[in-house]
Amino acid sequence: MATLDIRLKKVNKIYREGDLVAGVVVVQSKGGELQHQGISLVVEGIVNLQLSAKSVGVFEAFYNSLKPIQLLHYPLEIAKPGRLPSGKTEIPFEVPLKPKAGKTLYETYHGVFVNIQYLIRVDMKRSLLNKDLSKQCEFIIEYKDQEEKAKPKPVTFSISPETLAGVKEKQAIPRFKVKGKLESSCIQITRPLKGELTVEHCEAAIKSIEIQLVRVETCGCAEGYAKDATEIQNIQIADGDVCRNIAIPIYMIFPRLFTCPTLSTNNFKIEFEVNIVIIFHDDHLVTENFPIKLTRF
Amino acid sequence: MASYEWFTSRRNYELEWQKKCLPSQPATNHPLKGITVTEIKQAETKGTPFRSKAPQKADFIDPLSSGDPLSADGAINLAFDGADPLSRFAAEALPATKARSGSEKKISSTSADLDETFEPWNAKKAGILAKYTTSEKLSITTSFLSASDKERVVIKSQAQVTTVTDKVRNRLEQLDDFEEGSVKEMMNLSQQDYVKRIEELNQALITAWEQDQRVKSLKIAIQCSKLLADTSVIMFYPSKFVLITDILDTFGRLVYDRLLEKAQYFPPGSTRPVRLPANFTPADVPESAKETCRNWFFKIASIRELIPRLYVECAILKSYSFLTSGEYADALKRLAWMTRGIGDPLVAVYARCYLSRVGILVAPNIRDHILPCFDDFLATFSQLQSDSVQNVLAAQKMEMPQYLTLFSPALDWILQCLAHRASDATLTATLEKCRQQCNNALLLNSIMSAFQPQFIASRATLFTEMIRECEDQGFPKHLLQQSLGRCLVVAETPEDQKLSVLNEVWKSVVKLKNPGDYITCAEVWIEFVVKHFGKREVNKILADIIKHMTPDRAFEDHYGRLQSIVSKILTHMQDFSQVFSLDKFLPFLDMFQRESIKVEVCKTVLEAFCKYQQEMVNDPVVINAMMFLCKTIHDSVNALTLDDEKRVIASLLSGFIRRVSFGRDFEQQLSFYVEARASFSNLDPVLITLIQSVNSLSMETRRVVKGNHSRKTAAFVRACAAYSFITIPSLQSVYAQLQLYLQSGQVALLNQCFSQADAFFKTAISRIPELPNTLETDGKVRSSEPFLLEYISNFVSTLLVTPDSPEAGVLYLLRGLLNVLQDYTWDPSSDARIIAYVRVLAALSAFSQEEYLYHVDKVDANDAMYGSDPKFLAEVKSTTDTLTNQVLSHLKTLSAPEMEKRKITLAMDFLNTVIAHSDLGNPAMGTLAANLWALIQRSGQADAKLMKRLASYVQSKASSGERGFQSLASQLKLEVGSTV
Repeated sequence: MATLDIRLKKVNKIYREGDLVAGVVVVQSKGGELQHQGISLVVEGIVNLQLSAKSVGVFEAFYNSLKPIQLLHYPLEIAKPGRLPSGKTEIPFEVPLKPKAGKTLYETYHGVFVNIQYLIRVDMKRSLLNKDLSKQCEFIIEYKDQEEKAKPKPVTFSISPETLAGVKEKQAIPRFKVKGKLESSCIQITRPLKGELTVEHCEAAIKSIEIQLVRVETCGCAEGYAKDATEIQNIQIADGDVCRNIAIPIYMIFPRLFTCPTLSTNNFKIEFEVNIVIIFHDDHLVTENFPIKLTRF
Repeated sequence: MASYEWFTSRRNYELEWQKKCLPSQPATNHPLKGITVTEIKQAETKGTPFRSKAPQKADFIDPLSSGDPLSADGAINLAFDGADPLSRFAAEALPATKARSGSEKKISSTSADLDETFEPWNAKKAGILAKYTTSEKLSITTSFLSASDKERVVIKSQAQVTTVTDKVRNRLEQLDDFEEGSVKEMMNLSQQDYVKRIEELNQALITAWEQDQRVKSLKIAIQCSKLLADTSVIMFYPSKFVLITDILDTFGRLVYDRLLEKAQYFPPGSTRPVRLPANFTPADVPESAKETCRNWFFKIASIRELIPRLYVECAILKSYSFLTSGEYADALKRLAWMTRGIGDPLVAVYARCYLSRVGILVAPNIRDHILPCFDDFLATFSQLQSDSVQNVLAAQKMEMPQYLTLFSPALDWILQCLAHRASDATLTATLEKCRQQCNNALLLNSIMSAFQPQFIASRATLFTEMIRECEDQGFPKHLLQQSLGRCLVVAETPEDQKLSVLNEVWKSVVKLKNPGDYITCAEVWIEFVVKHFGKREVNKILADIIKHMTPDRAFEDHYGRLQSIVSKILTHMQDFSQVFSLDKFLPFLDMFQRESIKVEVCKTVLEAFCKYQQEMVNDPVVINAMMFLCKTIHDSVNALTLDDEKRVIASLLSGFIRRVSFGRDFEQQLSFYVEARASFSNLDPVLITLIQSVNSLSMETRRVVKGNHSRKTAAFVRACAAYSFITIPSLQSVYAQLQLYLQSGQVALLNQCFSQADAFFKTAISRIPELPNTLETDGKVRSSEPFLLEYISNFVSTLLVTPDSPEAGVLYLLRGLLNVLQDYTWDPSSDARIIAYVRVLAALSAFSQEEYLYHVDKVDANDAMYGSDPKFLAEVKSTTDTLTNQVLSHLKTLSAPEMEKRKITLAMDFLNTVIAHSDLGNPAMGTLAANLWALIQRSGQADAKLMKRLASYVQSKASSGERGFQSLASQLKLEVGSTV
């Protein structure tokens, strides 16, 4: 019995371009010496793109998933074929983070159609009789520096039946007016989204007010674009028929991994939007959309 | 059988007395002076705070020396400045405790600012749980309780989970799973079931945590807090809040403890991980623990629903201390702001309550969030009128007043946090705000119960106005009156406001129709009246209460409150002549018509009387009233009354009897005792008290006439004796009877009532055979013999001063006693009878002296009566001879080896008596003593020290040339030498 494990020195596993990824490969061998045909380690970063079934056909989506883009690839051998003693063996390693030529290390992001992922994989080759061992471990990349910085760009809004688009029977809508503001539409990703809204008046009882965080992923290829918006998270800021004329705070922390600084490249784009959703007691809802820009700094 | 004789030594007590007195010498040194002289330093170092240095003197003030009569003398004062051991210890302990309390202070710096004036939440919990109950069916929504579902949420095996994202995804899936999938609603739970379920959830949370299923425990916490959004059984909501926040507290504690455990770090220069100190700063926390902590907060921030997000973040608020130091204030403020999003006013106010509850625990100094909480509450107060609330109330068939009371616990708590240590200005500002924004009864009530009573009291008039003006909106005003009353009772109301406040309040109280409402108010306000007003007002109020409570016998339902009114009056009106001069007090007591309650109340009064009445009472009004109450209590005693109960009652009655005194009017005093005896005949202890009191009454009489009784006083003391004589037989305990006979006899003798004394003694002797063999004292059964021995010694000593009655023979009382002793059924395994004989022997030796050891003033004892008449002496001698023979023959019977010990003890006792009282010059006595000594010596069982002391005593007597001692000494010495 033998197990492989990767332990990184940094507990939070967050690295920046140019950093050294340092750690140890831990080989645990129970019951005697461990013979192997070499241990190799690969550090790689890949952008996976996928077309959604909605924008292209099902079959196309299935076959035509775009070619992954490799941002980083760095193989190295950390042990020559040989034997490892019984018990725990730690093999240290260090890998500098340098992108492949012409590529940038984008921030880690896990979306639906776009995935930016960085992995360390260790493989131990073994003789025919034994299965090869493998272990992989994700680490996270954050920008070291970014040209575009967050700056306060306050957004005020006012929602009332008049401002709604795409409504057929305006008479059926209860009279209401909700005013508010977002502190900024250009937000540092580590800071919360802040703002407030006030229900000035509303005929119908309100059931809930929510903020929806939406990602808009665009995959580009020779045949054209595929743009999809999906929900990341939904945060309720008001529950029940709230008091009128009192400012209710808007506050949302951006989830890690599922958000990254707004990104636009030749092949794909990752953008974010916020929806303010007012749900009335009869489950009718009103949504107001705000595109936002996320930055690292 | 060889007969022995007893020869009494002649003694000159006067001479012996003089010899015994030691020569006095002037003292130059204080006998208690300490040997070491100590210097006390207030040491800065914590280690050894106290070191004694011999030569140095300290100017240290002895706590005993101030007001010490000894210190008046300068010389002694000088000699006394060494420390006494107690103050030395105290000085030693002081720095130590200081050091400890210092470190404690550091540790509990967070809680240091909460003193005992802040009523903790735990104290309120029980009250809330008891108050807000329901008989409606409840429902609970959870995925953790139904057995079939239990295993569904087990964490998926994480072995194959490789990447961070997978892990996160997995957890999120589980969250989703719980949100959509396995959730079940359990309907139709009774309140008990519901409480049980919640307790199960609590257990599930802890178990999950212990099994490292942190996601599951988080889910449980979230589900629990979700329950707080549900107001379907609104009456139960406050209790639900208490139960669920308990679970959340547990969760918060678990998270914090886990992080603390994870946050072990390596102190510089050490390789062993150490737990964080209690007062760590975020800089001490290792990165890994911070990361875990951050993950918790990220996870909670992504909870979809508002109420669970708010509550769970509150619950783990304490863990912010791992991240940054200033986080609390911001977080609290943000959370306070977040509560605005809660639409239901009741849910919102309780969320605020939880927030301030957590806030005051983790950061008692941070108050910024409390005022916004309160302001928001005021701002959203109009919500109460909104349709949604009205609909809920209508659906649950609840009245507005009832609904409003649901707010009280939360509001009280928020206001308490707000008012705690707040400046007067803040309070005034808050009050003003309330008044302007919504002058509501509910709010006013909470303010009165939360703010310091002194603050309320100094604005008493203002508050009465506010109460009058406020729109009651269903919140009953009498509750306001009660709250105000409670404040005014504990604090000082400005003098000029008292009367107007009382008038204002009472005007509205009088109008209350419901006797229940009325009496609760009256109960509170009576204390205010008793405290600050005279008896006229109290009387008025009492009259009013009677008027309100009498119709339809309303008092029957409110005995508890009425009782508390009585005890409040008594606590503050300690002068009983005043209490009973209230014409309405007794009619008030008459309202207690149920027997048991009536007795209770009488007891309360009597207890107060015994406690507060320091001076003697002679006011007939008080005495009559008290007698009436006492009789009520006394008559309640029956065969079923418990012993303890009887004892309490008896001590209360005795306390009353002892406090009645008519001063010099002894006859009235006696007639009071006669009356008391007639009334309290069932209780032995009370009768005993009465007899003792009568005895002391005759002694008092004797003191007044200085022993020279006139005809009138003589008749009076005889009457007293007669009282005792006829009262004693009605006691049940023979033991008490014997004591009292002897005592009363002594008193009679002192008062020169010879025939009475004779009668007492005679009866006492005749009662001895009836003394049971065992006595029960303090619940333990003991043999009565030690008592009897003691009693006989006492009795015989009394007889020494008692002159023989001219009609009876010589020493007939003593003979009678001896006869009784002879016939008494002694315990066959004890020598009590013989020990008694030895005592009597000693006493008889005293009887045959020319002049007795002591006398009663103005009473001639037998020495004067007989003048050492040879006939008398012969009588005495024949008695002593008989006794000696009895003793010796008894000693012979104790021949069995197992009785050796008894025999020797007895022999030793006898030998002592022989040496002390008999004439050793007489060869017979000398031989007897020597034989006894030999007997004791041979057995080797006696106490060697005792023997040595005896020998040396004899030696010293011999060397001072006492007759007969030389020869004895030579015999004793020889034998002592042979053994030592």
